[in-house]
Amino acid sequence: MNRLIFFVPAVFVLVVGAVFTWVLWIDLDTETIPTPLKDKALPAFSLPSVYDADQMLSNADFDGQGYMLNVWATWCITCRVEHPELKRLADKGVNIVGLNYKDSRAEALKWLAQYKDPFSQNIYDEEGTLGFDLGVTGAPETFFVRSDGTIAHKHVGEINSQLWESELKSIYESL
Amino acid sequence: MKAFKRIWVLLLLAPLSWAATEDYKYQFEDPVLQERYGQLIYELRCPKCQNQNVADSDAPIAADMRAKVYQLLNDGFTDKEIVDYMIERYTEFVTYKTRLNWFTIWAWVLPGLLGAGLLASLFIRARRKSSGATLSEEQQAKIDQLLEKKS
Repeated sequence: MNRLIFFVPAVFVLVVGAVFTWVLWIDLDTETIPTPLKDKALPAFSLPSVYDADQMLSNADFDGQGYMLNVWATWCITCRVEHPELKRLADKGVNIVGLNYKDSRAEALKWLAQYKDPFSQNIYDEEGTLGFDLGVTGAPETFFVRSDGTIAHKHVGEINSQLWESELKSIYESL
Repeated sequence: MKAFKRIWVLLLLAPLSWAATEDYKYQFEDPVLQERYGQLIYELRCPKCQNQNVADSDAPIAADMRAKVYQLLNDGFTDKEIVDYMIERYTEFVTYKTRLNWFTIWAWVLPGLLGAGLLASLFIRARRKSSGATLSEEQQAKIDQLLEKKS
């Protein structure tokens, strides 16, 4: 019995080594940051519409509906790639709100005219203030907002039909 | 030839001006604030980069964070409030000093427990040994006898 105690350090080293090897082995995702806003309310904002600088939009305008808040910009190449899919979804009746992020209004209007507008509402966040409160690090990012104004999910990167079918659709339907 | 030399000097000085391009934007009248600003952007981690701090990063989000730190400092926020403000939006990822919570507390508690366990076992061993070493008078006498015999 007493002898066995000498194996304790060896066993300890082996166990700790195994844990470390395992952590290195599994492809641990250290880049995507989960949103700290999950199940919390969408930050308060009051920003103009892309179409009309005098029309202010705020949280109250979106109460009572589940929607996807898509953060996009004309300088964002992936947004261009993602756009046809958003249009397709919008045509099927998916409620997508556009958050134009750190962009120029003229460019945004040109884009919406040229590639068609898939958004039910267009928020113009020139300084990226709502983006900052949402923890946006780039575009595209899409937030899934419940009808009570809380955030259910954040998707970073492009939305394509494959991703939509495999995971995003069920999240949208749960809003 | 003279122009050539001038171009060389300008080229050599170019990196300096590059490093100074943004600094002019965030000047404080109070040197204490200036120092806190430098410290904060040095300690905050850029959420878009691979382990680069906010001071060093050229990412747009890092520029936004510098602007936010500047604004919050001027609004009278404390250092802790500013870091908490960032964590609220960009998670623990933005700080190199991980905060104490129910997950990270083990990094402090486990070594303590191990150390305490080790000390306790050493103590128990030492006591056991010393108690085992006490001999009755009879035994001691026998030992003395044996040792004398030998020498």
